[in-house]
Amino acid sequence: MAHTHTRPAATARRGAAGANPRRRAQRRRRLLAVAFVLPALLLLGALVVYPVVFSVGRSLFDADGDRFVGAANYAEIFRDPATLTALRNSTVWVVVAPLLLTGIGLVLAVLTEKIRWATAFKLVLFLPMAVSFLAAGIIFRLAYEQDPDRGVLNAVVTGVHGSFEEPAPYPTARARTGQGVSGPVGGPYTTDRTHGAGEGALLGLVGVAPGALPADAGEASAAPAPGPGEVGGTVWLDFAPGGGGEQGRIDPGEKGLPGVRVEAVADGSAVATAVTGPDGSFRFPDLAEGSYTLRLPAANFAAPYQGVDWLGPALVTPAIIGAYLWVWTGFAMVLIGAGLAAIPRDALEAARMDGASEGQIFRKITVPLLAPVLTVVFVTLVINVMKVFDLVWIIAPGPVQEEAGVLATRMWLVSFGGGNDQGLGSALSVLLLLLVIPAMVVNVRRFRRSRG
Amino acid sequence: MSGPTTAAPSAPPAGPRPTTAAPRRGRPPRARRASRLLGRTAVQCVLVLTALVWITPLAGLFLSSLRPEGDNASTGWWTAFSDPSRLSLENYTALFADGGLVDAFWNTVLISVPTTVLVVGFAALAGYAFAWLDFPGRDAIFLVVVGLLVVPVQIGLLPVAKLFGAVGLFGTVTGVVLFHVAYGLPFAVFLLRNYFAEIPREMLEAARMDGGGEWRIFTRLVLPLGRPALASLAIFQFLWVWNDMLVALLFADSSAQPLTVALQSQMRQFGSNIGVLAPGAFLSLVVPLVVFFAFQRHFVQGVMAGSVK
Repeated sequence: MAHTHTRPAATARRGAAGANPRRRAQRRRRLLAVAFVLPALLLLGALVVYPVVFSVGRSLFDADGDRFVGAANYAEIFRDPATLTALRNSTVWVVVAPLLLTGIGLVLAVLTEKIRWATAFKLVLFLPMAVSFLAAGIIFRLAYEQDPDRGVLNAVVTGVHGSFEEPAPYPTARARTGQGVSGPVGGPYTTDRTHGAGEGALLGLVGVAPGALPADAGEASAAPAPGPGEVGGTVWLDFAPGGGGEQGRIDPGEKGLPGVRVEAVADGSAVATAVTGPDGSFRFPDLAEGSYTLRLPAANFAAPYQGVDWLGPALVTPAIIGAYLWVWTGFAMVLIGAGLAAIPRDALEAARMDGASEGQIFRKITVPLLAPVLTVVFVTLVINVMKVFDLVWIIAPGPVQEEAGVLATRMWLVSFGGGNDQGLGSALSVLLLLLVIPAMVVNVRRFRRSRG
Repeated sequence: MSGPTTAAPSAPPAGPRPTTAAPRRGRPPRARRASRLLGRTAVQCVLVLTALVWITPLAGLFLSSLRPEGDNASTGWWTAFSDPSRLSLENYTALFADGGLVDAFWNTVLISVPTTVLVVGFAALAGYAFAWLDFPGRDAIFLVVVGLLVVPVQIGLLPVAKLFGAVGLFGTVTGVVLFHVAYGLPFAVFLLRNYFAEIPREMLEAARMDGGGEWRIFTRLVLPLGRPALASLAIFQFLWVWNDMLVALLFADSSAQPLTVALQSQMRQFGSNIGVLAPGAFLSLVVPLVVFFAFQRHFVQGVMAGSVK
């Protein structure tokens, strides 16, 4: 295109120019140069420079663009609650994500130096850089799914949780009302009166889920008889299959509830605990003389652990930052790794010879020598994090979109997504530009230095 | 970080080898070696685990895309291993039969290929001019272009939407392409100018002496010499636009929308339509992944250099 452009210039028919062939050649070269830069400059002027000027101007007018409001839109940024939330979240993003990424990237870069399959490892971690934020968003929406049967993260979390803590034996059970045992729904349930030695307490429960009754549950013995000097009793399912039976009494066919934790309580605090056997009976053999109320702690009835509410209002921003880490860690690691490869081996070997530990070498030699690279990574990430949009847009479910909002999503919502306040929207986009300018200065400086 | 000096990840030398001869201070050699061996095993374990964590979400998406809708609604993808026969390409056939997402896929191609060509072409011309041709205000203009590097896309959305509305480009593929080209240029010019500037002066002088015109020098000398940078730039630019959602979300109407926009409109019903979202997302991944594996080196260089944006 520039080719045909330059032809007329080459055959410039101006008589004066013909007088001096050297000058003519120079002018020709100049025109050619202008033709070379023109397409780029035209596009940049119309679609980048003009919009910056327009946005700055537009940000000084009200929503409809009719009335000059000065800095009112900028003041509104710090007044509107949703925008403030976005500002706060953006701050969290800019502080947390680049730091974490640089840190993790550094550690991984150092560790990969010690393995033979470093190239494969880098490939795997770099892979997400090829993935769009949209796809990454879908991937993590799947992973963060609340239901542990569907979301892999909660499946892991509940699995780990379950291996540390026994799940409650009877999550749906409750005490039979009006039969001497009472308490709030979900426990703890306490006997209404106290029990002394030799007395068999009856703690009847109902509402045990059909599947929850263990196979080894035996029939509850009708007359629980703790030994002399012992406090004891029976926890049983006060419900005879097929009907019949009397409430509050152990009827034939009614099953004991094994595995229930029972506490003996004196003066408001538990002094001993027992666990019921297969027939639902329990005993406190070593209690001091006296009378005790018996309590079934709430842990017996706790609803099963459902995992973490990743995409709830409280955790949504950290969760999305997690997805961002998945995408960008490879970038940080590879860039830092390249810097690491440039560190003179002799310095490290000499330190090793002198008996420095790997930790000392890392702190005293590697990190200081890497400082310029780390800065580059950090600044680059700050710029990118500031503009994050897609991930938040995709991962945050509709109801928590506002809690998860960042400057870029807020700007979009205000300008195009129903808010339709182009004054405030422009102010937000200008703010975004202003926040990125420090990074621009670093960029230009770095460029100038590399040229000089 | 840019230009010919761009650092590429290469296999670093294997870890320090214990040299046996030299006497050392500190712990006796054998204990030292044992602890180092232990440390290395631990490092291996940590890295294997990390790699697994990184692969799992992607594998999850892929498996989900192969499972029947009903299975996705009730169980997680990892249960697929217990009955692999339930996996099928049915979701994909349904996707292709429907046609909506296929159209969106072609729109993505129609947007990203011309954008890449135009950005690389315009930036190569301008980059060469900024590096080797004389014209008034050259360095000042170039600094302004470098400054434009960090103008966020967001600031252009509203004004350019109005502009495009006035000239009838709003909603069209052409509009989306022009916007992308404009916002891709600052970095592209920056990268190529720096790269071209390192071509030895004598080479260009010699070509000029031989009577080569600037256009000839540009096409026969500069472009071939700049191939690595051009390739990295093209890959980065292609990927950037292929994966874009924000720009197209505003500038493309329903007939011009790329895959990302078509898929994001499905997010509202997330959970009930994984049978569409998962294969759709994978469809959008395939091309970048192919590019990634085919051009690993240029890919990494391009992304590294392009991250300045």
